[in-house]
Amino acid sequence: MPAPIRLRELIRTIRTARTQAEEREMIQKECAAIRSSFREEDNTYRCRNVAKLLYMHMLGYPAHFGQLECLKLIASQKFTDKRIGYLGAMLLLDERQDVHLLMTNCIKNDLNHSTQYVQGLSLCTLGCMGSSEMCRDLAGEVEKLLKTSNSYLRKKAALCAVHVIRKVPELMEMFLPATKNLLSEKNHGVLHTSVVLLTEMCERSPDMLSHFRKLVPQLVRILKNLIMSGYSPEHDVSGISDPFLQVRILRLLRILGKGDDDSSEAMNDILAQVATNTETSKNVGNAILYETVLTIMDIKSESGLRVLAINILGRFLLNNDKNIRYVALTSLLKTVQTDHNAVQRHRSTIVDCLKDLDVSIKRRAMELSFALVNGNNIRGMMKELLYFLDSCDPDFKADCASGIFLAAEKYAPSKRWHIDTVMRVLTTAGSYVRDDSVPNLIQLITNSVEMHAYTVQRLYKALLDDISQQPLVQVASWCIGEYGDLLVSGQCEEEEPIQVSEDEVLDVLEGLLVSNLSTPVTRAYSLTAIMKLSTRFSSVNRIKKVVSIYGSSIDVELQQRAVEYNALFKKYDHMRPALLERMPIMEKTATNGPTDIAQTNGETDSTILDTKHLPSITHPASQANDLLDLLGGNDVVPVIQTTVPTKPASAGGELLDLLGDLSLTGGPTPTPAPSVPMSQPPFLLDGLSSQPIFNDIAAGIPPMTAYNKNGLKIEFTFERSNPSPNIAVITIHATNSTEADMTEFVFQAAVPKTFQLQLLSPSSNVVPALNQGSVTQVIRVLNPQKQQLRMRIKLTYTHKGSPVQDLAEVNNFPPQSWQ
Amino acid sequence: MQFMLLFSRQGKLRLQKWYVPLSDTQKKKISREVIQIVLARKPKMCSFLEWRDLKIVYKRYASLYFCCAVEDQENELITLEIIHRYVELLDKYFGSVCELDIIFNFEKAYYILDEFILGGEAQETSKKNVLKAIEQADMLQEEAETPRSVLEEIGLT
Repeated sequence: MPAPIRLRELIRTIRTARTQAEEREMIQKECAAIRSSFREEDNTYRCRNVAKLLYMHMLGYPAHFGQLECLKLIASQKFTDKRIGYLGAMLLLDERQDVHLLMTNCIKNDLNHSTQYVQGLSLCTLGCMGSSEMCRDLAGEVEKLLKTSNSYLRKKAALCAVHVIRKVPELMEMFLPATKNLLSEKNHGVLHTSVVLLTEMCERSPDMLSHFRKLVPQLVRILKNLIMSGYSPEHDVSGISDPFLQVRILRLLRILGKGDDDSSEAMNDILAQVATNTETSKNVGNAILYETVLTIMDIKSESGLRVLAINILGRFLLNNDKNIRYVALTSLLKTVQTDHNAVQRHRSTIVDCLKDLDVSIKRRAMELSFALVNGNNIRGMMKELLYFLDSCDPDFKADCASGIFLAAEKYAPSKRWHIDTVMRVLTTAGSYVRDDSVPNLIQLITNSVEMHAYTVQRLYKALLDDISQQPLVQVASWCIGEYGDLLVSGQCEEEEPIQVSEDEVLDVLEGLLVSNLSTPVTRAYSLTAIMKLSTRFSSVNRIKKVVSIYGSSIDVELQQRAVEYNALFKKYDHMRPALLERMPIMEKTATNGPTDIAQTNGETDSTILDTKHLPSITHPASQANDLLDLLGGNDVVPVIQTTVPTKPASAGGELLDLLGDLSLTGGPTPTPAPSVPMSQPPFLLDGLSSQPIFNDIAAGIPPMTAYNKNGLKIEFTFERSNPSPNIAVITIHATNSTEADMTEFVFQAAVPKTFQLQLLSPSSNVVPALNQGSVTQVIRVLNPQKQQLRMRIKLTYTHKGSPVQDLAEVNNFPPQSWQ
Repeated sequence: MQFMLLFSRQGKLRLQKWYVPLSDTQKKKISREVIQIVLARKPKMCSFLEWRDLKIVYKRYASLYFCCAVEDQENELITLEIIHRYVELLDKYFGSVCELDIIFNFEKAYYILDEFILGGEAQETSKKNVLKAIEQADMLQEEAETPRSVLEEIGLT
């Protein structure tokens, strides 16, 4: 059998292959030869064959049949064999295969070999890929070697011990005695690995940590020697003596000094020294400074030192070297919470980094910028951030947009500024904003009452420019639906009002409906908006036409809406104005459940749609049925909330002359004549509102009788709404002690201007005679100023055939209900 | 350090050292991914990037990329120095090292690495000591081989 070809020759041959296929062929041939050679148990060439196998393995070809051969090589007496054998073990074997355990004995023998290089090989292999079982078996040997005076072996043993501890943490105690005089070594290799070992132990065990704290003075001394000592050719790197060791010591000092006053004090001087004396022209120096800064920030250093550290980072930011800038931004991000003011001083440099070409740097700069935004710098920062949003990569846009929204919400100097900023984000990065920002923005806009005209105008103009960005389009169509009347009447105060006709507005909205760019959700928004405009515009016929067209739309969502709206036009036209009323101010609640949002009775679909829950899927068809049923079944139209006074009487105007100085809160639309015997209205909606939804934390508030006349008694019981303590929840219980039922019972309430009130739907409108049952209804009162609660109530009902109406004032609210 | 990879501009692996236990398939997958990400970097970009929960520190020397994956709390700048030290060692050993040296003497490259780094941490900070140890180990190897290899060369086995 000819001698197997040499390694170098094989490499040369394989490299001549011109195609992958050719290479594979060569490799297969050689593998076959190697395999037969292995079978022959040839000791002479085993080493060479395994070496070749390792090369082929690196090229990506399978080499598992060589695993046992590696073990044989390790067991051989020849150094060459062992060298390749151990290398092969590290490359081909891993702890998942049981084969590796066979190594344990060999390693054990080699750990006690007479030649230190053999010992070194075994220590290296054990420390690189030793499994937990191997570590357990051989820990004793490693510990022995940790105490040897041979520095070559001692340093390796230290790192091997680190590996053992990582694999089998319980064995850590075992190495404790050997660590006693590790630091008194002169050999840098041993010092370095000892510091690594100590670091590992301190990181894993608080007991070890306190035990090793006493080493701080020694570590400080070693560090000092490194800095002060003259040029040492052996360890010099660009004029700095053993930077690797310096960095490791600094890291250990950080761990030891954290949270401990005495240790932190002991290292103060040396840290200041390193920080000021280290050469910063090369990467080495900066590496040490970086570690120093991290240590200063983590321990209990005095403020002067901390400022020094932050200034170093500030200087890093101006460094030409990109790596240094990156590292600085990362560190500043870690410290911005604790040393906010110091970092603020470098704000302009950080903002400049937003324009850097490197992606990682840009991301860090963006995160840091958001962390630095506060009430004082919001305007300037936002300018920069919006500019960044314009020009950054798409991957950033979503995060940047969310960050801007958050910052704007927290620190907006004025409502106008807030809306402008939001508009800017929508127009520049509109397609990247997160889904939940649409309802958030709508809520923001609703609540900025004085800005409605301005907002709708700007949004309208934005729509004229571009209808491709869905979140923008959705917010815009919602606003136009709500405030279209302001748009057409040209009422804008903040900027030059534009002249827009009703037809133009409807053109735009219809354009959205037909455009290919609009998603189904957007179409739904615009259809609803068009519908709402039927009460605000005069061109109702056009709207009717549009709505009826979509009654046969393929999109089920649109079809459903259109059908319902059609029904509104045809059968329930009298209710349309009330239903399509202006939206009330929405409360921002922490949770997202639809029940937590204050609901008005008989909401239109759009109301439900526009709650915090994302409108992409609207309610199941049952909701639609509810609406129709409620309207069909009752004569008594649910009470609708209007917004605070500036609007002229909207809900039919009937009610409200009543209450001269008090703001209006509830009123029915005129009840049509026939009084159909009441069936209980379907409870789906009621189920949501009449049960106490909120946690009863104010269980202690006593109930009170609000009204008691002519046999009708109304009692109020109280709860506190859990998510917001400013809201009092009152449930009225109406009972009838007369012998005849009270039918068509309607309860209305009004409160002073500083309050807001919402009435949910009643359980029924028949108060049964002789106290056989009661009508319950939930009232929610928002009392932000915590003033004394007063209420005026109006009751209407039919009793023994004749209508009865009464007004009353309720002043006897228990203090706990409004405090 | 969790692993170190050396690869060419064409993405060919020249050396791979793993300090964490992983299966062969996992290693292959990770190498492929990391190589792809690093090769995609433009020349002006910084030497660090985040990948999964690790930091990749890489530097290009001539036609070879030296790439280390370190944990979050490691000092990236000193890792660059470690890479540089390894290159210096190779350079001293091979005399103006080039990629071919590493291709044809890959096992020696591993030996040198194993004398410099153990279990992912540097074991010797003196260049001289590392090179001395390698030299002596090489001599040991030669002594053991010499008697046989001469005969082999001649062909008289």
